[in-house]
Amino acid sequence: MSELIQDGLLLAGCGLLLLAAVGIVRMPDLFTRMQTATKGATLGISCILIAVALAMDDFGLAIRALLTVGFFFLTAPVAAHMIGRAAYFIGVPLWQGTIADELKGHYDERSHILSATSSVAAQSADKETPGR
Amino acid sequence: METTLAGFWQPTQIAYAMILLAMFLALVRLVRGPSLPDRVVALDLITVLSAAMLALDTMATRQTVFIDAAIVLALISFLGTIAFARYLERRARGE
Repeated sequence: MSELIQDGLLLAGCGLLLLAAVGIVRMPDLFTRMQTATKGATLGISCILIAVALAMDDFGLAIRALLTVGFFFLTAPVAAHMIGRAAYFIGVPLWQGTIADELKGHYDERSHILSATSSVAAQSADKETPGR
Repeated sequence: METTLAGFWQPTQIAYAMILLAMFLALVRLVRGPSLPDRVVALDLITVLSAAMLALDTMATRQTVFIDAAIVLALISFLGTIAFARYLERRARGE
Protein backbone atom coordinates (compact mmCIF):
# COMPACT_ATOMS: atom_id res chain seq x y z
CA MET A 1 0.00 0.00 0.00
CA SER A 2 2.78 2.40 0.94
CA GLU A 3 4.64 1.44 -2.24
CA LEU A 4 1.53 2.18 -4.26
CA ILE A 5 1.21 5.67 -2.76
CA GLN A 6 4.89 6.38 -3.38
CA ASP A 7 4.77 5.24 -6.98
CA GLY A 8 1.55 7.16 -7.56
CA LEU A 9 3.04 10.37 -6.15
CA LEU A 10 6.24 9.85 -8.13
CA LEU A 11 4.47 9.36 -11.44
CA ALA A 12 2.00 12.19 -10.73
CA GLY A 13 4.91 14.52 -10.00
CA CYS A 14 6.75 13.54 -13.16
CA GLY A 15 3.53 13.92 -15.15
CA LEU A 16 3.07 17.45 -13.81
CA LEU A 17 6.68 18.33 -14.65
CA LEU A 18 6.18 16.95 -18.15
CA LEU A 19 2.98 19.02 -18.48
CA ALA A 20 4.91 22.12 -17.42
CA ALA A 21 7.51 21.42 -20.11
CA VAL A 22 4.85 20.80 -22.75
CA GLY A 23 3.18 24.04 -21.71
CA ILE A 24 6.41 26.00 -21.99
CA VAL A 25 6.77 24.84 -25.59
CA ARG A 26 3.16 25.05 -26.70
CA MET A 27 1.83 28.21 -25.01
CA PRO A 28 1.55 31.31 -27.22
CA ASP A 29 3.25 34.06 -25.20
CA LEU A 30 5.62 34.58 -22.30
CA PHE A 31 3.04 35.15 -19.58
CA THR A 32 1.00 32.02 -20.31
CA ARG A 33 4.22 30.03 -20.58
CA MET A 34 5.36 31.39 -17.26
CA GLN A 35 2.21 30.42 -15.40
CA THR A 36 2.26 26.84 -16.74
CA ALA A 37 5.93 26.42 -15.92
CA THR A 38 5.65 27.84 -12.40
CA LYS A 39 2.54 26.01 -11.25
CA GLY A 40 3.37 22.72 -12.93
CA ALA A 41 6.95 22.70 -11.72
CA THR A 42 6.04 23.59 -8.11
CA LEU A 43 3.36 20.92 -7.82
CA GLY A 44 5.46 18.36 -9.68
CA ILE A 45 8.58 18.66 -7.58
CA SER A 46 6.47 18.76 -4.40
CA CYS A 47 4.88 15.42 -5.31
CA ILE A 48 8.29 13.90 -6.09
CA LEU A 49 9.86 15.17 -2.86
CA ILE A 50 6.95 13.86 -0.77
CA ALA A 51 7.33 10.50 -2.51
CA VAL A 52 11.05 10.50 -1.64
CA ALA A 53 10.28 11.43 1.97
CA LEU A 54 7.87 8.49 2.18
CA ALA A 55 10.19 6.04 0.42
CA MET A 56 13.28 6.57 2.55
CA ASP A 57 13.00 5.49 6.17
CA ASP A 58 15.01 8.45 7.38
CA PHE A 59 13.47 11.13 9.57
CA GLY A 60 16.10 13.78 8.86
CA LEU A 61 15.78 13.28 5.14
CA ALA A 62 11.99 13.49 5.32
CA ILE A 63 12.27 16.80 7.19
CA ARG A 64 14.70 18.17 4.61
CA ALA A 65 12.48 17.05 1.74
CA LEU A 66 9.41 18.70 3.29
CA LEU A 67 11.40 21.88 3.97
CA THR A 68 12.36 21.93 0.31
CA VAL A 69 8.68 21.62 -0.61
CA GLY A 70 7.92 24.62 1.60
CA PHE A 71 10.82 26.52 0.06
CA PHE A 72 9.54 25.89 -3.45
CA PHE A 73 6.03 26.98 -2.51
CA LEU A 74 7.43 30.22 -1.07
CA THR A 75 9.94 31.13 -3.77
CA ALA A 76 8.37 30.01 -7.04
CA PRO A 77 5.59 32.66 -7.02
CA VAL A 78 8.06 35.39 -6.04
CA ALA A 79 10.46 34.48 -8.85
CA ALA A 80 7.63 34.24 -11.37
CA HIS A 81 6.24 37.58 -10.27
CA MET A 82 9.60 39.29 -10.66
CA ILE A 83 10.24 37.82 -14.10
CA GLY A 84 6.73 38.72 -15.23
CA ARG A 85 7.09 42.28 -13.93
CA ALA A 86 10.45 42.75 -15.65
CA ALA A 87 9.10 41.27 -18.88
CA TYR A 88 6.11 43.63 -18.77
CA PHE A 89 8.46 46.60 -18.42
CA ILE A 90 10.71 45.66 -21.31
CA GLY A 91 7.60 45.28 -23.46
CA VAL A 92 7.40 41.57 -24.22
CA PRO A 93 4.41 41.28 -26.58
CA LEU A 94 1.16 39.75 -25.32
CA TRP A 95 -0.68 37.07 -27.27
CA GLN A 96 -2.98 38.45 -30.01
CA GLY A 97 -5.94 36.71 -28.35
CA THR A 98 -5.45 38.58 -25.07
CA ILE A 99 -8.77 40.09 -24.03
CA ALA A 100 -7.70 42.63 -21.41
CA ASP A 101 -4.45 44.18 -20.21
CA GLU A 102 -5.50 45.66 -16.91
CA LEU A 103 -2.02 46.96 -16.09
CA LYS A 104 -1.87 49.12 -19.21
CA GLY A 105 -1.07 52.72 -18.25
CA HIS A 106 -0.99 51.97 -14.54
CA TYR A 107 2.79 51.75 -14.32
CA ASP A 108 4.87 54.89 -14.25
CA GLU A 109 7.30 54.63 -17.20
CA ARG A 110 10.20 56.15 -15.29
CA SER A 111 9.92 55.03 -11.68
CA HIS A 112 8.10 51.70 -12.31
CA ILE A 113 5.69 52.50 -9.49
CA LEU A 114 2.16 51.15 -9.75
CA SER A 115 -0.65 53.67 -9.34
CA ALA A 116 -4.38 53.16 -9.00
CA THR A 117 -5.27 55.70 -11.68
CA SER A 118 -4.32 55.02 -15.25
CA SER A 119 -1.80 57.50 -16.68
CA VAL A 120 -3.65 57.32 -20.03
CA ALA A 121 -6.85 58.39 -18.29
CA ALA A 122 -4.97 61.12 -16.37
CA GLN A 123 -3.58 62.56 -19.62
CA SER A 124 -7.01 62.67 -21.22
CA ALA A 125 -8.35 64.35 -18.07
CA ASP A 126 -5.61 66.97 -18.38
CA LYS A 127 -6.63 67.70 -21.94
CA GLU A 128 -10.22 68.26 -20.85
CA THR A 129 -9.17 71.03 -18.46
CA PRO A 130 -7.05 73.35 -20.62
CA GLY A 131 -6.81 75.99 -17.90
CA ARG A 132 -4.06 74.12 -16.08
CA MET B 1 14.77 -1.85 -4.31
CA GLU B 2 11.55 -3.79 -4.48
CA THR B 3 9.65 -3.62 -7.71
CA THR B 4 5.92 -3.22 -7.92
CA LEU B 5 5.86 -3.75 -11.67
CA ALA B 6 7.70 -6.58 -13.37
CA GLY B 7 10.64 -6.16 -15.68
CA PHE B 8 12.02 -2.97 -17.13
CA TRP B 9 9.14 -0.62 -16.47
CA GLN B 10 9.76 0.23 -12.86
CA PRO B 11 8.19 3.51 -11.75
CA THR B 12 11.59 5.11 -11.13
CA GLN B 13 12.69 4.39 -14.67
CA ILE B 14 9.46 5.78 -16.13
CA ALA B 15 9.98 8.85 -13.96
CA TYR B 16 13.53 9.28 -15.25
CA ALA B 17 12.31 9.01 -18.83
CA MET B 18 9.55 11.57 -18.29
CA ILE B 19 11.90 14.08 -16.67
CA LEU B 20 14.43 13.63 -19.48
CA LEU B 21 11.70 14.31 -22.03
CA ALA B 22 10.58 17.37 -20.06
CA MET B 23 14.17 18.60 -19.93
CA PHE B 24 14.47 18.25 -23.69
CA LEU B 25 11.26 20.26 -24.21
CA ALA B 26 12.50 23.01 -21.88
CA LEU B 27 15.77 23.02 -23.82
CA VAL B 28 13.79 23.58 -27.02
CA ARG B 29 12.26 26.70 -25.46
CA LEU B 30 15.67 27.79 -24.17
CA VAL B 31 17.06 27.68 -27.70
CA ARG B 32 14.03 29.06 -29.53
CA GLY B 33 12.70 31.53 -26.94
CA PRO B 34 12.17 34.85 -28.72
CA SER B 35 12.88 37.08 -25.72
CA LEU B 36 15.31 36.97 -22.81
CA PRO B 37 12.60 36.39 -20.15
CA ASP B 38 11.49 33.32 -22.13
CA ARG B 39 14.95 31.90 -21.79
CA VAL B 40 15.09 32.74 -18.09
CA VAL B 41 11.81 30.90 -17.50
CA ALA B 42 13.07 27.89 -19.47
CA LEU B 43 16.33 27.88 -17.49
CA ASP B 44 14.35 28.04 -14.24
CA LEU B 45 12.29 25.04 -15.33
CA ILE B 46 15.47 23.13 -16.24
CA THR B 47 16.88 23.76 -12.75
CA VAL B 48 13.67 22.49 -11.14
CA LEU B 49 13.85 19.42 -13.37
CA SER B 50 17.45 18.84 -12.28
CA ALA B 51 16.36 19.06 -8.64
CA ALA B 52 13.62 16.52 -9.39
CA MET B 53 16.21 14.24 -10.99
CA LEU B 54 18.40 14.54 -7.88
CA ALA B 55 15.40 13.58 -5.75
CA LEU B 56 14.96 10.52 -7.96
CA ASP B 57 18.66 9.74 -7.52
CA THR B 58 18.10 9.79 -3.76
CA MET B 59 15.44 7.13 -4.21
CA ALA B 60 17.37 5.03 -6.70
CA THR B 61 20.75 4.95 -4.96
CA ARG B 62 19.61 5.25 -1.32
CA GLN B 63 22.23 7.98 -0.81
CA THR B 64 20.83 10.81 1.28
CA VAL B 65 23.46 13.27 0.01
CA PHE B 66 21.55 13.89 -3.20
CA ILE B 67 18.63 15.60 -1.45
CA ASP B 68 21.04 18.19 -0.02
CA ALA B 69 22.28 18.86 -3.53
CA ALA B 70 18.65 19.33 -4.60
CA ILE B 71 18.11 21.88 -1.80
CA VAL B 72 21.20 23.85 -2.83
CA LEU B 73 20.13 23.74 -6.47
CA ALA B 74 16.71 25.14 -5.51
CA LEU B 75 18.34 27.99 -3.57
CA ILE B 76 20.70 28.89 -6.40
CA SER B 77 17.89 28.71 -8.95
CA PHE B 78 15.82 31.20 -6.93
CA LEU B 79 18.73 33.60 -6.52
CA GLY B 80 19.60 33.34 -10.21
CA THR B 81 16.06 34.09 -11.31
CA ILE B 82 15.82 37.08 -8.97
CA ALA B 83 19.16 38.41 -10.24
CA PHE B 84 18.03 38.05 -13.85
CA ALA B 85 14.73 39.80 -13.12
CA ARG B 86 16.47 42.71 -11.42
CA TYR B 87 18.94 43.02 -14.27
CA LEU B 88 16.14 43.07 -16.84
CA GLU B 89 14.20 45.67 -14.91
CA ARG B 90 17.21 47.94 -14.46
CA ARG B 91 17.97 47.62 -18.15
CA ALA B 92 14.37 48.59 -18.95
CA ARG B 93 14.75 51.64 -16.71
CA GLY B 94 17.89 52.57 -18.61
CA GLU B 95 20.31 52.65 -15.70
